[in-house]
Amino acid sequence: MNIDKRLVRKDSLEKLFDILKQNSKKIFAPSTKNGKISFRDAEKFSGIVTGYVQTSQSSKEVAFPRTEKIFDYSKSKDGMSVKGIDLKDIPEVILWGVRPCDATGIGELSSVFNWDYKDEIYNNRLSKITVFGFSCNNSDEYCFCTSVGGNPGNTEGSDILFTQTGENSDYLAEIITEKGLAIVSLAPDLFEITNNIEKNKFLAKVPVRFNHEEIKEKLDKFFESKEWIEQSLRCIGCGACAYVCPTCACFDIQDEAHGRKGSRVRCWDSCGFSHFTLHTSGHNPRDVQSQRWRQRIMHKFSYMPERLSVYGCTGCGRCSRACPVDMNILEHLISIQEVTV
Amino acid sequence: MVDLIKRAKELIESSAVKVVIGYENGTGNRTRALFVEKTEDADKLIFDSRCIQNLAAYVTKREVKDKGKMAIAATLPVMRSIIQLASEFQVNDNNLLVLGITPESKLIEFENLVEVETFVHQYQIEIDARNKEMLDRLDNMTKAERWKFWIDELAPCFKCYACRAACPMCYCHRCTVDFNQPQWIPVPSHELGNLEWHIMRAIHLTGRCIDCDACYNACPLYIPINLLTKKMMLDAREHFGGYQPALKGEHLMSTYKPDDKENFIQ
Amino acid sequence: MAEFEPKIVAFVCNWCTYAGADLTGTSRIKYASNVRIVRFPCTGRIDYMLLLKAFDEGADGIIVSGCHPNDCHYTSGNFHARRRWIMFRSLCDFTGIDTERIKFSWVSAAEGAKWADIVNATVASVRELGPYSEYKKVAKYPEREVSHG
Repeated sequence: MNIDKRLVRKDSLEKLFDILKQNSKKIFAPSTKNGKISFRDAEKFSGIVTGYVQTSQSSKEVAFPRTEKIFDYSKSKDGMSVKGIDLKDIPEVILWGVRPCDATGIGELSSVFNWDYKDEIYNNRLSKITVFGFSCNNSDEYCFCTSVGGNPGNTEGSDILFTQTGENSDYLAEIITEKGLAIVSLAPDLFEITNNIEKNKFLAKVPVRFNHEEIKEKLDKFFESKEWIEQSLRCIGCGACAYVCPTCACFDIQDEAHGRKGSRVRCWDSCGFSHFTLHTSGHNPRDVQSQRWRQRIMHKFSYMPERLSVYGCTGCGRCSRACPVDMNILEHLISIQEVTV
Repeated sequence: MVDLIKRAKELIESSAVKVVIGYENGTGNRTRALFVEKTEDADKLIFDSRCIQNLAAYVTKREVKDKGKMAIAATLPVMRSIIQLASEFQVNDNNLLVLGITPESKLIEFENLVEVETFVHQYQIEIDARNKEMLDRLDNMTKAERWKFWIDELAPCFKCYACRAACPMCYCHRCTVDFNQPQWIPVPSHELGNLEWHIMRAIHLTGRCIDCDACYNACPLYIPINLLTKKMMLDAREHFGGYQPALKGEHLMSTYKPDDKENFIQ
Repeated sequence: MAEFEPKIVAFVCNWCTYAGADLTGTSRIKYASNVRIVRFPCTGRIDYMLLLKAFDEGADGIIVSGCHPNDCHYTSGNFHARRRWIMFRSLCDFTGIDTERIKFSWVSAAEGAKWADIVNATVASVRELGPYSEYKKVAKYPEREVSHG
């Protein structure tokens, strides 16, 4: 599909919001609480924040919730019965204000959830999400999307990408998918025909800091490097990096049992935890933090490109911002590139 | 911090210690832990008001402890943590040397942990005005309001356990929350799982928390979980008297007095 | 709608309160049948997590009871328990958990009548308070109903 470019007036965004609400769409948009910006169910347009470099949590939770029921079960005299969740209950959602790095992350998540088994619940959630990407006008030192093949105005993953054309100005809207077109058809008047706007000059400048193909090649020979030990000494082994990451897809399956009834629940897990790989026997193949840190980097920059042909990192920089002990992924990748094997 | 750099170099050079744990400049305007094992690395050591991470969390970390004798650049909260850890037999004079940093940012040498204890006991643990105000606000709420406050505040918690990882007192190899036979605390981060995890954390830190706020500073979602431990500290002080980590002495929650007072047991 | 019947879980020690409850029965003293008794070796063994578990599983009220001070079979188990209860109760209060629903008591092996009074009083006060719907809502009870089979 050809990308259709339209102009959306600054004041029209609120009208668009109201029209979508009238069409009983659920809108998840960034709002502030406790000084942190996160995607929440937006009731009013005025609650939506703008101008942020990045939300503290990624938008992945809308497609892949941190805790999600897969099915209920119960046991009776007649045997076992299992009742899956009703996919019809999954709401249609508009994800408003997604940065291009988060939008590309959705594609990477999808590659994991469709690798061999096609995850029905995930795919269903995804099919009901319309992504309103917003290009980045500014960035910070933790951003490195351009080093992993992205850019601040990347259309990948968005259904409509909005780019503000200067401070307090109107928006260029790029209609990328059928889902995007469906939104336009709800409010055709708000999407005005426009001459070709050159969006690049309005985008944040994010310098390329490393070559991801070079990193990939290096990692293949880097498994036993001492660098991992040095890098990870201050890592305290929490899961903050994985939980704010737009592409981390590891999960744990839990049965919440109560007598003869219960539910099977899928919840996030992190390779940074010491018990992540602990075997029943007591043996732990990733016994020390350096092995877990290596796994995180290898998975994103070596295993995923090998097996799924995508990188497991979009360069959003959230893990570095969220880390309580300043484990900066960009810094560590650069030092891996610089080390001679 | 010239004194600290000089001292760290001496200690490494003379093999008195294998590693000096201190702070260095991190990325952005942040500081972070530095592990000095070679004299040339000591030049990276810094100290200023941004250095608030509780480095005592590293002295029980296997990968650090395995290096051999450690020295640690310790501010007052770090020293308190170390005394508490020593009383729980996690560190001792043979494996840890404390390079104290006074509240006036002066380097102070300690021969042993007894001296550290004496120094630490000169200062009371005080709750700052902002948190005091929050605690008062909560005290004045009705029970239902407090319930709502905590359910709302804990709702975003996704159980990354950064609070646990950053806390020097949370050194258990296997935390209660990781047990699944029986499963004490639900693993998923739903309302119940979050509530029970934070209640458990607060109770296990009662009488041990030295109020360094590492848990709150580590939380990527700014959840004020330190209010729970602060409240426990104030109440413990009220019910059982003094509240100072001590090398020898009874642990607040693993001891009793026959005349402990309460007014609710029938 | 049927009248609300509170579900009460009692955590008691083996040596005093459990024997006391036995005496209530052998003395043929009638008391409310809403209580399910769980026997422990000592009050010192009653982990506060058990109390939360009881609420998770749909209890409306809880009784925790053991030997009077100085009467512990193991000398000091109840003293340790008392300290723990003091702090746990204050934490519950701080987090908004309804401490009115948790009754602590000392009931000796000779106090069969006191046990009946404690149970009856707890059932009456919890009946007044109604079902513990706040906790049940968070624990998603009764969506996951408990069976007794």
